[in-house]
Amino acid sequence: MSLVNIKIEGHPYQVEAGLTILEAAKRCGYDIPSLCAFNHGECNQGSCRVCLVEATGARGLVASCVYPVSEGMEITISSPKAVQARRTSVELLLSNHSAWCQECGKNGSCELLRVAQMTGARVINKEGARTPVTVDELSPSIIRDTSKCILCGRCIARCQNAHGLSVLGYENRGFNTIVGPAENRSFMDSPCILCGQCVSVCPTGALLEKSEIWKIDEAKKAGKYIVVQTAPAVRAALGEEFGMKIGTPVTGKMVAALKRLGFDKVYDTNFGADLTIMEEANELVGRIKNGGVLPMITSCSPGWVNYAEYYYGDQLDHLSSCKSPHEMFGAIVKSYFAEKNGLNPKNIFVVSIMPCTAKKFEKERDQLKNADGLPDVDCVLTTRELGDLIRRSGINFTKLPDEEFDQDLLGEYTGAGVIFGVTGGVMEAALRTAYHILTGKEHELVKFEQVRGLEGIKEAAIDIDGTTVNVAVAHGMKNAKVLMDEVRAGTSKYTFIEIMGCPGGCVAGGGQPYVKPCFLPNEDIDILDTYKAKRSAALYTEDERQTVRQSHNNTQIQQLYADYLGEPCGHRAHELLHTSYAARKRFN
Amino acid sequence: MIKTPEQLNEKIAACSACLDGKFKGEEGKRAVVLCGGTGCLSSNSAEIREKFQKVIDEKGLHDKVSVNQVGCFGFCSQGPFCKIFPEDTLYRMVKLEDVEEIVEKDLIGGEIVERLLYVDPATGEKVQRQDDINFYKKQHRIALHGCGTIDPENIDEALGFGGYQGLMRALTMTRQEVIDEVLKAGLRGRGGGGFPTGRKWQFAYNEAGDEKYVVCNGDEGDPGAFMDRSILEGNPLAVIEGMVIAGYAIGAKNGYFYVRAEYPVAVRRLRIAIKEAKEIGLLGENILGSGFSFNVHIRLGAGAFVCGEETALLNSIEGKRGMPRPRPPFPAVKGLWQCPTIVNNVETLACVPYILREGWEAFAKYGTEKSKGTKVFALGGKINNVGLVEVPMGTTLRELIYDIGGGIPGGKEFKAIQTGGPSGGCLTKEYLDEPIDFDNLVAKGSMMGSGGAIVMDEDNCMVDVAKFYMEFICDESCGKCTPCRIGTKRMLEILTKITEGKGEPEDITALEELVHVTQNGSLCALGQTAANPVKSTMTHFMDEYLAHINDKKCPAHVCKNLMQYKIVKDSCFGCGMCAKQCPASAISRTDYVAPGKKLAAMEIDPQKCVKCGACMSTCKFKAIIKE
Amino acid sequence: MARLSENAVAKISEICGRYADEPTPLMMILSDIQNEYGYIPLEVQEIVSEKTGISVAEIYGVVTFYSYFSLKPKGKYVIGCCLGTACYVKGGGQVFDKFSEVLGIKGGETTADGLFTLDALRCLGACGIAPAVSINGKVYPKVKVSDVPDIVASYKNA
Repeated sequence: MSLVNIKIEGHPYQVEAGLTILEAAKRCGYDIPSLCAFNHGECNQGSCRVCLVEATGARGLVASCVYPVSEGMEITISSPKAVQARRTSVELLLSNHSAWCQECGKNGSCELLRVAQMTGARVINKEGARTPVTVDELSPSIIRDTSKCILCGRCIARCQNAHGLSVLGYENRGFNTIVGPAENRSFMDSPCILCGQCVSVCPTGALLEKSEIWKIDEAKKAGKYIVVQTAPAVRAALGEEFGMKIGTPVTGKMVAALKRLGFDKVYDTNFGADLTIMEEANELVGRIKNGGVLPMITSCSPGWVNYAEYYYGDQLDHLSSCKSPHEMFGAIVKSYFAEKNGLNPKNIFVVSIMPCTAKKFEKERDQLKNADGLPDVDCVLTTRELGDLIRRSGINFTKLPDEEFDQDLLGEYTGAGVIFGVTGGVMEAALRTAYHILTGKEHELVKFEQVRGLEGIKEAAIDIDGTTVNVAVAHGMKNAKVLMDEVRAGTSKYTFIEIMGCPGGCVAGGGQPYVKPCFLPNEDIDILDTYKAKRSAALYTEDERQTVRQSHNNTQIQQLYADYLGEPCGHRAHELLHTSYAARKRFN
Repeated sequence: MIKTPEQLNEKIAACSACLDGKFKGEEGKRAVVLCGGTGCLSSNSAEIREKFQKVIDEKGLHDKVSVNQVGCFGFCSQGPFCKIFPEDTLYRMVKLEDVEEIVEKDLIGGEIVERLLYVDPATGEKVQRQDDINFYKKQHRIALHGCGTIDPENIDEALGFGGYQGLMRALTMTRQEVIDEVLKAGLRGRGGGGFPTGRKWQFAYNEAGDEKYVVCNGDEGDPGAFMDRSILEGNPLAVIEGMVIAGYAIGAKNGYFYVRAEYPVAVRRLRIAIKEAKEIGLLGENILGSGFSFNVHIRLGAGAFVCGEETALLNSIEGKRGMPRPRPPFPAVKGLWQCPTIVNNVETLACVPYILREGWEAFAKYGTEKSKGTKVFALGGKINNVGLVEVPMGTTLRELIYDIGGGIPGGKEFKAIQTGGPSGGCLTKEYLDEPIDFDNLVAKGSMMGSGGAIVMDEDNCMVDVAKFYMEFICDESCGKCTPCRIGTKRMLEILTKITEGKGEPEDITALEELVHVTQNGSLCALGQTAANPVKSTMTHFMDEYLAHINDKKCPAHVCKNLMQYKIVKDSCFGCGMCAKQCPASAISRTDYVAPGKKLAAMEIDPQKCVKCGACMSTCKFKAIIKE
Repeated sequence: MARLSENAVAKISEICGRYADEPTPLMMILSDIQNEYGYIPLEVQEIVSEKTGISVAEIYGVVTFYSYFSLKPKGKYVIGCCLGTACYVKGGGQVFDKFSEVLGIKGGETTADGLFTLDALRCLGACGIAPAVSINGKVYPKVKVSDVPDIVASYKNA
């Protein structure tokens, strides 16, 4: 790696050649206000002009986020010329920006407000024209409000990089430019999978999850029996909402907080995950034995299910008919649990804390309501919303003691359930149980290393009593497409495929706490490269801590089948735990 | 098929003899030549040409007189033009009904049709030959070589008029020698920035890689500039030749013309020229047996001014929104499809064949120390001779406006000249004796741009002019970067406020801040220069801004809110024509009869007046004024 | 959304196929469709998306960026008034306003009978004959406000 000598504010430094001025300055201990750029070049439009500095050899000012350092370059951040230009750029952005900061969901984590503070931008536009505004609130998952958009293009880049989809794009020209789905449609009328990756990179409140916190207040007022469940990935990230280091597992504190928020029961979706594995592994074995449609593909990620329905509507019989874990959990709460506790299912309100925005949509699917039209799950909060709820309730999260989930009926879970939150986790958990079903034995290796890690497509050949079963794992729809095109062409060699919507799996889901380096001064400089692995590690650690690591060895699950469901994939299980899919038109 | 330089030389000799014969009238033949530029075509020059052919056929003259079309004469305000060889008589503003007279009188009778000759506005004398017209006297045609002389739809005429001789010489040189020749000639980009063309070529030459591209920027968009169109319409082969030379120099195999869709004639002629060149082997594989192959493609713009910016243009060719890319990397390193690419504008490439044909010294002998050669300007606005002129760099503004342009019409006073279109600035009369070159214009707060030169007189309000250009930029901003997207909008809002009489003193400071950030902080040249009209009018005409803001007056009586029409009662004959024309019924008769007049004078009710100006243009007695 | 006829689908597919050898043919495809049909609605963009693999949002972004492309049908006669500097200075604005008045539509709009679309154009490069008006490619030189009704009538009766 070659080094170049530069000067910043007159001080000499040696930095790697090829870095942008912004990156180089960061490594040298400077924090140039910057807005549109993100994640070393994932978004490098150089469009917002907030990071302008003076650099020798360039005319005018340069955008430090895209301008590379070169030997002998002298960079000035603090000259009046640069200071004034940065401030005016921010003021211009603010002049075309919704001024209602206190009502914005990004309040507290808004990058525009941060640079406004840094640059001293104060001027408010009272008279000038504004770009015509679109607010799309039709989707249950994501709100798009163009009055807050700064046209950085991060969302466009993320949708493209993660999924190869480009659901979002620039529209119109000049002052009328906006970002949106084609024809400025709602996400609901576009082939958007609602994964929320765009939300997680948006610097402002232009893209936000649709908050459902109010529903909890309503349920309380209505005197509902509220059962809350938390997805595995939530515990690996919730601490970040309260300034804890990325990768700190906070299961105990999370439970303690939920117990102080007035929920009647606090359970772990891991129980649902164990149940999913029971059903899914049995479904897989059934398909293998009875010549069913293979490869079978997991269906716990609602982003992926949306994608399949939009883009592979002709291949939906490959999807496992199993509901996702929190939906199974909700269905069991409103049947088995209600019965055992003498509760009217209509009076039970199931809240899911999820790392995901697509789960908000999923819970509204007609296929996930019972015969009476009662949904399995009533309310989905993202990890971020849980953070809001905890803050709102005056709870000092970091000072909470560690507490245990409720243990009755649906409280036990295994390590297999925990790792659902990482890419490859469902596959690994399913393999543990499928192996057992097929052989009657436990696999000598609990860990299936080949399906771990952040590789886009992972594959493994598992020997089950002399038969080789080929499996593959993909996350992000760009990778899923590769496998799905093989499936469609009939050339797929796999028996079982796990697909997760978000790259990295649920730990990096669209509902997880924002990872914005500018707000994380105590994290490493390369945190955007490492946070997925750190959160994943927190879950793998918890898996290893569990004494029981196979879903079929969960005694409450065994009890549930014995007392209520009967056989896995049996009649009652089918009624409560399985669902169906339907192809959807991309533009209606 | 022409496969060797020898074969081409033979062909050139034949074509050249043929063309010479036409001009010199060999064997007693005469030639009628009609301008086929867009301006003249819109004044029916094609129909006039057909009629000439018809009348000549009818009179049985077709053996003795040929009818031809050529590219733009440049003197568009006097079109359509008709020229008769060998006498070299130039008729201007020819109409369909004039055809028979020209045939009868001139072609048959040998007598000049005096009434169709150009009249020198200064002396009132009739001028027979083009070269004797002041408009043409100081011009030197390098980029416009062949325009208005040869038939652009006939490759033989282009070859007979110097075509492909530059390339033939280039192919005998090494690539580096070709680049050096262009460097020594001192050719700088004619599209706006004035970057040395040879250096651009050198950068691309130095890059490794098999795939390189030459792109010709024909997305001419500065309002008021149309030289690129005229060149493409007048001598497309010259631009193709320039592109092939550039391709040879940097090691490219493909070239792309990016031309505005609004230029259908230029595109058609370019297509014809490419097809003809391909057919006789002057484009394609192994050109002239040199082993060098080059193919030319055409891409059409789709109505976005910003695509004149080279990186936006490349994005457009790549099928994307024409939004500029941050630089570096420069196109010479990573351009079209990430390959090394040079982007040169039409006029620049049109100069290249001349440099290679005549040698760098012939080019460099024109111009100033750092700006060599000639430059084509599109003279427009308040000037007598509207049209295209090509003059050596270093010509003064005075020569351009008065000697060539014939001065300001109606005896009005020169106020300013806007060079460089919406990216440029205005220069006032104290700069009239400044030589025009790239650096001097920048030093004086304007720029060369693509060569638009709009003259303004005392009736132009400079705040309104700044607003006009800002409106244009606002419409054409791609919307990518903040200063250009929002900053230009805010500047336009402030300028509108000022012209409406609602300006406040703080607006000047606000404009200055916006000028600073758009100029220094915008992503591309469009944004960086967007504030130039504001900046330069503020520099030279701050008094006009202040008059609008403080006195609520528009000194040029242009801004409607700040002016009113008034009838000078003592001049009014009371004819009442104005009242009849007034759409708002704002004019009524008074009781006052001016001395020496028979009818009572009229007056305008300022409350009802919509300031359309209909009364003023109706009044024969100049009794209505603006104040 | 209206469904396209089989013929239209076939034609659009054929247009997409014309540039199969080009690396980035989107602009050419859209130009051809614009020339063929006078506009490029979303359902057409969907077909282009399927044929080229470019997302609909991206195609829509390109269509809305360039003023030559249109999402709505244009009139049989497209009247373009040049409002470049030279034309503006010589009264192009008034000519434009007169067209607007005579046709009863604003810039960018099309008359109810589908005959006329009125556009404001940036410089046509015909500054010598300002103000210029272009109707379906034919350029009218030195247009006066009083010429406008006759020009419109000549097309109405054509």
